[in-house]
Amino acid sequence: MNLYKYASPATFYPLAGKLIPWFAALAVVFGLIGLYLGLIVAPEDAQQGQVYRIIFIHVPTAWVGMVVYLVMAAYGVAALTLKTRLSSMMMEALAPTGALFTALALLTGALWGKPTWGTYWIWDARMTSTLILLFLYVGYIALIHAIEDKKRADKAGALLVIVGSVNVPIIYFSVRWWNTLHQGASVSVTGSKMAAVMAQGMLVMALACWMYAIAVVLVRVRAIILERQYKGANDMVGLSMGARGMAGTEMTGTEMMGTK
Amino acid sequence: MKARYKRFIWVAIGLSVVALAVTLVLRTFNSNIVLYINPTEVAQKKMPKDRNFRIGGMVTAGSLKRQPDGLTVKFSVTDMVETVPVSYTGILPDLFKEGKGVVAEGKLDADGVFRATEVLAKHDENYMPPAAADALKKAGRNMDGTPIKSIEAPAQSPTPAKP
Repeated sequence: MNLYKYASPATFYPLAGKLIPWFAALAVVFGLIGLYLGLIVAPEDAQQGQVYRIIFIHVPTAWVGMVVYLVMAAYGVAALTLKTRLSSMMMEALAPTGALFTALALLTGALWGKPTWGTYWIWDARMTSTLILLFLYVGYIALIHAIEDKKRADKAGALLVIVGSVNVPIIYFSVRWWNTLHQGASVSVTGSKMAAVMAQGMLVMALACWMYAIAVVLVRVRAIILERQYKGANDMVGLSMGARGMAGTEMTGTEMMGTK
Repeated sequence: MKARYKRFIWVAIGLSVVALAVTLVLRTFNSNIVLYINPTEVAQKKMPKDRNFRIGGMVTAGSLKRQPDGLTVKFSVTDMVETVPVSYTGILPDLFKEGKGVVAEGKLDADGVFRATEVLAKHDENYMPPAAADALKKAGRNMDGTPIKSIEAPAQSPTPAKP
């Protein structure tokens, strides 16, 4: 039962608070190293010249966008089966970050597509399935806010995310399954088709994106824990929403933001 | 059985059913998902009739000819089995090169020439500094390290769906 200890919002809240500065600091360090490797150390590409440098942001954001969705789906399974309270809160905290990174991947890809391919956008399988991923994120956020009852909202959201997770392998394998304009994977488990320093710059930038994503999600989940506890306490005692001071007794010194 | 496990099994069943449904749908629409067809499929008349389609392959080395008007170019697209001549009036993307991947949209004329309305460069997944690319070229190898002669066409449509 020890594992469940950190699935409780009350124990997770202070743990997250302690972890945030570390992840934030690592994001800055990796970001600086990654930009140095990518913009200064790495040479230009034999075919694309300088334009290729967009991969140092495009590929990491696309990875984060896809993996965050899988993490959300895993939390969705936990929310539906184990009924751990923290799972739904983590899903809610992850969604905006996943949506942001997916949007960035689409945007940087479009900016890179014009000079290399000759078009900003084409409806090929890789790009279309990535756009669907963005819609799934936005759909999840809209869905959980459209349902008044928080428990039902969480359940519906978890279902949507689990069903939508089928899309992630489609994005990943689309360049192998179908003819697409988007090229195949340069870096995969079987090896890299990039010069070493380019691949290193990309991986360090990916680490920076990950550290940033984790830090931001932890900040957001703390806000969600406070918000829900405050609302829950008010509902139970039957106080009006304007009442103060019920929920945060264990969390002194934290501002009760986020409630109207 | 614990209720927790029961719920887990339901989620697993649900997810497999959705995955199966999506697989079937994607297989059915395979020909619509494919962005382009390759010259072999053109030779087999597997393209849609009376409507624009895209062909993809490699620009045949030595086939690029600029026309006197300065804007029209003629080249041929090959998948190492079949070759389709292409005519295009417009600006080519920077990465358009002989021996590199290309995707062109247009229609096939009665005389067998593909009249392209749009030409896009299909980029490959190799990234390396210019010096390394030169060294490979001198050694007679492609960017992925294979000898230049055994080069494969980039078009790798697994199975062309029924027309």
